[in-house]
Amino acid sequence: MARAVTTRRKSLNTILAWAVGLLIFFPILWTILTSFKTEAQAIASPPIFLNFNWTLENYAIVQERSDYMRFLWNSVIIAGGSTILGVIIAVPAAWAMAFVPSKRTKDILLWMLSTKMLPAVGVLYPIYLLFIRLGLLDTRGGLVVVLMLINLPIIVWMLYTYFREIPGEILEAARMDGATLKEEILYVLTPMAVPGIASTVLLNFILAWNEAFWTLNLTAVDAAPLTAFIASYSSPEGLFFAKLSAASTMAIAPILILGWFSQKQLVRGLTFGAVK
Amino acid sequence: MATQHSRSVARLMMAPAVVLLLGWMLVPLTMTLYFSFKKYLPLRGGDLGWVGFDNYVRFVSSSSFWPAVQATLVIVGGVLIITVILGILLAMLLDQPMWGQGVVRILVIAPFFVMPTVSALVWKNMFMDPVNGLLAHLWRFFGAEPISWLSEASMTSIIMIVSWQWLPFATLILLTAIQSLDSEQLEAAEMDGAPVLKRFYHIILPHLSRAITIVILIQTIFLLSIFAEIFVTTGGAFGTRTLTYLIFQRVLESQNVGLGSAGGVYAIILANIVAIFLMRIVGKNLDA
Amino acid sequence: MGRIQLKSVTKSFGDVQVIPPLDLTIEDGEFTVFVGPSGCGKSTLLRLIAGLEDITSGSIDIDGADATDVPPAKRGLAMVFQSYALYPHMTVRKNIAFPLRMAKLDQAEIDKRVEGAASVLNLTDYLDRRPGQLSGGQRQRVAIGRAIVREPAAFLFDEPLSNLDAALRVGMRLEISELHERLATTMIYVTHDQVEAMTMADKIVVLQAGVIEQVGSPLELYRTPRNLFVAGFIGSPKMNFIEGPEAAKHGAQTIGIRPEHIAVSETEGEWSGVVSVSEHLGSDTFFHVHETGLAETITVRADGEVGFRHGDRIHLTPRADVIHRFDAQGLRIE
Repeated sequence: MARAVTTRRKSLNTILAWAVGLLIFFPILWTILTSFKTEAQAIASPPIFLNFNWTLENYAIVQERSDYMRFLWNSVIIAGGSTILGVIIAVPAAWAMAFVPSKRTKDILLWMLSTKMLPAVGVLYPIYLLFIRLGLLDTRGGLVVVLMLINLPIIVWMLYTYFREIPGEILEAARMDGATLKEEILYVLTPMAVPGIASTVLLNFILAWNEAFWTLNLTAVDAAPLTAFIASYSSPEGLFFAKLSAASTMAIAPILILGWFSQKQLVRGLTFGAVK
Repeated sequence: MATQHSRSVARLMMAPAVVLLLGWMLVPLTMTLYFSFKKYLPLRGGDLGWVGFDNYVRFVSSSSFWPAVQATLVIVGGVLIITVILGILLAMLLDQPMWGQGVVRILVIAPFFVMPTVSALVWKNMFMDPVNGLLAHLWRFFGAEPISWLSEASMTSIIMIVSWQWLPFATLILLTAIQSLDSEQLEAAEMDGAPVLKRFYHIILPHLSRAITIVILIQTIFLLSIFAEIFVTTGGAFGTRTLTYLIFQRVLESQNVGLGSAGGVYAIILANIVAIFLMRIVGKNLDA
Repeated sequence: MGRIQLKSVTKSFGDVQVIPPLDLTIEDGEFTVFVGPSGCGKSTLLRLIAGLEDITSGSIDIDGADATDVPPAKRGLAMVFQSYALYPHMTVRKNIAFPLRMAKLDQAEIDKRVEGAASVLNLTDYLDRRPGQLSGGQRQRVAIGRAIVREPAAFLFDEPLSNLDAALRVGMRLEISELHERLATTMIYVTHDQVEAMTMADKIVVLQAGVIEQVGSPLELYRTPRNLFVAGFIGSPKMNFIEGPEAAKHGAQTIGIRPEHIAVSETEGEWSGVVSVSEHLGSDTFFHVHETGLAETITVRADGEVGFRHGDRIHLTPRADVIHRFDAQGLRIE
């Protein structure tokens, strides 16, 4: 917009937006602050904001009670594994849909998305049963496969929308230049789609990280990721605010940090490639 | 437009994704259908034979069925309304020139990164606890009697928590859409003498319609199956038992797989009705 | 070598036949231009030759060998796309080297050829830049560079100049013509711009709705258009068409007379009319004349110094020896 905005107006906007932004962020901020308080300070009335004795003891206690690193490692493996596997399967499919569209492409894409609407709970028991039969219950491999499958439609969809932005002529040029299909995808399409693929990977990593139906129902001990770690605080430990906060901070910190550093790709990914 | 050769290659490239999803859809679906016609109690005798449509009749005639459908719709509808309206307002605010826009944007997006179990726990205990929760402090500060949120205003509480999680997503999509609005259009309307509200109604809102559709679609997909928020907070009590949660209880808590499976089939049918409706809209948008 | 022969080639998309049976031979070393209005099938025809689309029936021979089922990469053809289709993530050097890398040439040979192409196309200083940092004309040259390093049997150009501004377009037109003189390789060039077709081609193929209307040298098409469509398409400003009694005088349904073949006079002439708009180009002046009783508008091209203005009544005289006559089917009467 080529219009000068008065400083007054800009200041007003800034104050309002920051106020709203901080209000929305407040629960997270409050959790992080509380994690450094003692239990007494955490429930003090009136609430204490900053002038308390900062302490790390809650983190120590949480770590002692449950081995954080093991849950963290499970989360990384499950979210990372399902995302990578999903992308490997989705890239060829999205290539086909974006560059060799047929009359049925749209139907297939919509059908894929509709599998995402299948209520997980409707198929919980069969999956549970299959997992027992196949010995996948409480294994990371099993969860990698399940989370890959539930996110696959979104990965395909996102890659498809990103690929569609790449002009087909460039791929045809590669074909004329003698590239085989593998070379075309490897040397031309993938490098050009790196920003889109990065956004897709990030978003799906986060979705898988936060997934809390299958991860809660299909794990017990060995493969339990951070969602299970935190769910164990639902009661009565939840009444110990400081420890609850420490555990919560530990569960969300990796994603918050990741989100902070990859802001740009993430913002793009968060729109699911649906809006430019 | 392409050659025969590339068409057959394309089919080959789509095959793994299609086959996997087809399997993921059909295998459990068939099993659910199978169980739904059986009396099947894994801990009390296992497979007790075929019962026809018994489970279906029992599931619907159970006193919890309609309240569950209602709870599901209220939560989905409530969250959609709140996130779309606040999302539009927030997006328009964030679109204004200001200092530190990037930081504000991050602050607004942050709740999306918080895993549902964490946000449910934090809200339940640290904010909504009737004694020590921050909201209770706030209420007392204004001289009001603190509310025990999750029992007295259970639906409102859950809608609040879920809206907080999804508002960032709605805001971000709508913000992206607003930023793509051609400012010349707005200036032309201004020249034509359209007042602010009219400009919003006739230009901004129609421009956002596609983005709003996408917000509604994607959120509905996720909201229909919210689980952790209820699991952690009320455990389905106080009228917050959604269809998802009801089925979960039938299958895992009362270990009645047949009945739960029949419920699952209903849930699938319900989801498909919503899906068909939404897919039509998206299908149209896909062409654009 | 690059002789390309299309034998009763057809193309259908679903039930729609966009190219009815078509025969065409392009001789080795010839600069052939496919020209026609948008949607006439000229780009489709080029893509069929390239192998980017399958032909529905018929066959395509390249240098006497059947290439109908040969994939694009193996046809020995190089293509320059309308959007240039440069690889945005590669430097100019890598862009030009890409086809050679795909052909698994050794690095020394690749470097030699890339340097060679770059010096021919004045790109030597830009080899390490990316396409995004280049001007439209430079991008165009990179696309050409990528085509020439392969030493193809023929070059295919798909409206390569349509994204350039008018001044650059004239310059690139010359460069491509010079390139053709130097390489003497077959070139097939698609455009909707009849000026490009007239200035560059050895042979023009005029297409409409997938059908070849006429094949010939630029001057053949200008002098003896086979039908009304070609007559109207070739030449600028457009040929005037007159029907009715005036045409009947020449024993035709329609007669055509080019604007440059009509003499204007203030005082006397065969026809008369009122000047509606006069366009002064300096070298020439175009008059759009109304109220002639012959056609809605008659366009006349006169010397730049002729100074009639809006509303002037003027007299027109066609040159009798260049009046084109067409029958009721729109075909030329010799």
